[in-house]
Amino acid sequence: MSDAAQAGSTLSGNSLLYLDGVTVSFDGFKALNELSLVLEPGEMRAVIGPNGAGKTTMMDVITGRTRPDTGRVVFGDNVDLTRLDEPAIARLGIGRKFQRPTVFEPLSVHDNLLLSLAGDRNPRFALWAKETPAERVRLDELLATIRLVDDRDRPAADLSHGQKQWLEIGMLLAQEPHLLLVDEPVAGMSDAETEETADLLREINKTRSVVVVEHDMAFVRALGVKVTVLHEGAVLAEGSIDAIQNDPRVIEVYLGR
Amino acid sequence: MFRDKLTTITLGCILGGALLLAALNLLTPGASAAHVPGFVISLVGKYLCYAILALAIDLVWGYAGILTLGHGAFFALGGYCMGMYLMREIGARGVYANPILPDFMVFIGWKELPWYWQGFNHFWFALPMTMLVPALLAFGFGWFAFRSRVSGVYLSIITQALTYALMLAFFRNDMGFGGNNGMTDFKDIVGIPLNSEATSAGLMLISAVVLAAAFLLARAMTRSRFGKVLIAVRDAESRTRFLGYRPESYKLVVWVLSAMIAGIGGALYVPQVGIINPSEFAPGNSIEAVIWVAVGGRGTLAGAILGAVLVNLGKTWLTSALPEVWLFAIGGLFILVTLLLPRGIIGLFAARSTTAGAEAEPGAAAAKSAAREIAG
Ligand SMILES: Nc1ncnc2c1ncn2[C@@H]1O[C@H](COP(=O)(O)OP(=O)(O)OP(=O)(O)O)[C@@H](O)[C@H]1O
Ligand SMILES: [Mg+2]
Repeated sequence: MSDAAQAGSTLSGNSLLYLDGVTVSFDGFKALNELSLVLEPGEMRAVIGPNGAGKTTMMDVITGRTRPDTGRVVFGDNVDLTRLDEPAIARLGIGRKFQRPTVFEPLSVHDNLLLSLAGDRNPRFALWAKETPAERVRLDELLATIRLVDDRDRPAADLSHGQKQWLEIGMLLAQEPHLLLVDEPVAGMSDAETEETADLLREINKTRSVVVVEHDMAFVRALGVKVTVLHEGAVLAEGSIDAIQNDPRVIEVYLGR
Repeated sequence: MFRDKLTTITLGCILGGALLLAALNLLTPGASAAHVPGFVISLVGKYLCYAILALAIDLVWGYAGILTLGHGAFFALGGYCMGMYLMREIGARGVYANPILPDFMVFIGWKELPWYWQGFNHFWFALPMTMLVPALLAFGFGWFAFRSRVSGVYLSIITQALTYALMLAFFRNDMGFGGNNGMTDFKDIVGIPLNSEATSAGLMLISAVVLAAAFLLARAMTRSRFGKVLIAVRDAESRTRFLGYRPESYKLVVWVLSAMIAGIGGALYVPQVGIINPSEFAPGNSIEAVIWVAVGGRGTLAGAILGAVLVNLGKTWLTSALPEVWLFAIGGLFILVTLLLPRGIIGLFAARSTTAGAEAEPGAAAAKSAAREIAG
């Protein structure tokens, strides 16, 4: 479980992720406008902002789904993510949880996690792969972490919305990423589930870097980390949750609505 | 033998049924009530070949979500490779008594055998070709299509275009495949005369064994980790990319394998029906084959086999009883199945748990909406 910490030390620069003047436009409309942002190794960052601020687009750029018009995204010392495609970026150790949970519905909870486990992704390997004892141990751990031990053989389709969110977090953990990007993890969760999710993310952050996008201010407060406010594709403010909540510009565009 | 009943039943029906029919054909006197006439044997042999094609289609459509409307092309190519062997096996017994050139080449005035006909006088060469040629075409096609992320309706349309283009090409005499007459009047296969009841029964049995083997192969593949990735790709392709998978390479593997299975199906088909011509490439054939799979139950393997046999039984009966009705019947059947039986006939019986690949109904809908989100 300590890979991320290791990764942090091997990445000798002083940032894990560095977005440098990233612009993305859709038909002339700038979803991201010269966005710059630095994430330290081991850091957890909360990103908030009104609908359409560009939060999901930022994750699309980091994970290779959207290519920016200008700007660089540097991971670790010198890997420019804008030159890589999604699988290559995923294999570098960047995991992503989508805004709406996307698990593989007909597959069992166990199989969803199995396919997500870090390892060889080639078809030739997958054709002959047998579940190893090490994998079994890891899967048991993950199932316990995401509280789905009793549901391991159920198709993911049968899970509740909250359980799917958790399964997806489990799939993310299974990848052993250095950096997790989590888009609105508590949307549609009960208060109790929201609290547990905050605990889980803090637990995860002990070994990995995390970027969380969320609208739920109580949840962001519970995370207790540095907050970045996006607005119209650029950083509007950055700082502690208290500083952010008292920032008149933030109140005007986001919190005051 | 297998933990799930469906597999055991399927294998039992294929192998047991074929053996029983062959025995009743060969071992009972012609006058006996239990005697199975020769035409039934060749019909069953034909159905088994169709079932092999259906299985190939289910592998890519049911498990990888590639709705192919051109699989008849791979079937026909396998058939042509076998046809070329059977043509050369005729040797000097043709109308023009040319020991090297098939009759149709003599007829159009060719003096020597084109390079691509070399080697087809050997069975050991022709047999692997019946799989290799479809595999090569599938590889080339799939490599471009899957890399450029062509999918859905667009891919279906290109597969139709592919088989249509091949049909037009094979219609041409100067291609050297017999033009619109194709190849026929075969005499024997590996020295065994084709026009005997024992040969028919033998070919039918071989078809059954090949079908059973292809079924087991497909089953093993779809249950492996590879198969689980395929299902993931089918339902949420772009999600798999963010896990580090390259869906295009998974699709390519299953696509090429499926083309090979279809090819061997075609190769078994040709000696049993005694002819191969460009109409085997007709786009309608490929569409019909997809309907077999839909009727039997997509993504269940056994359903594809069942669908191929049942629909063709119906076709045989209907085309002799009411020939003009057939097209409407199959069209109507397709609409009915799509509306009322989205999981086909097998879906009526099989519980969800028996086939890992079978789509869970609520799941399918949710997966689609999720996929839509990822796809933007
Ligand atoms: N593929 C696309 N094509 C055109 N416009 C897009 C595309 N993706 C995003 N946009 C636009 O870019 C802007 C930023 O969208 P984005 O999804 O990043 O916002 P967000 O901050 O995640 O919002 P939310 O809180 O609603 O999730 C929006 O106005 C959106 O309509
Ligand atoms: Mg968003």
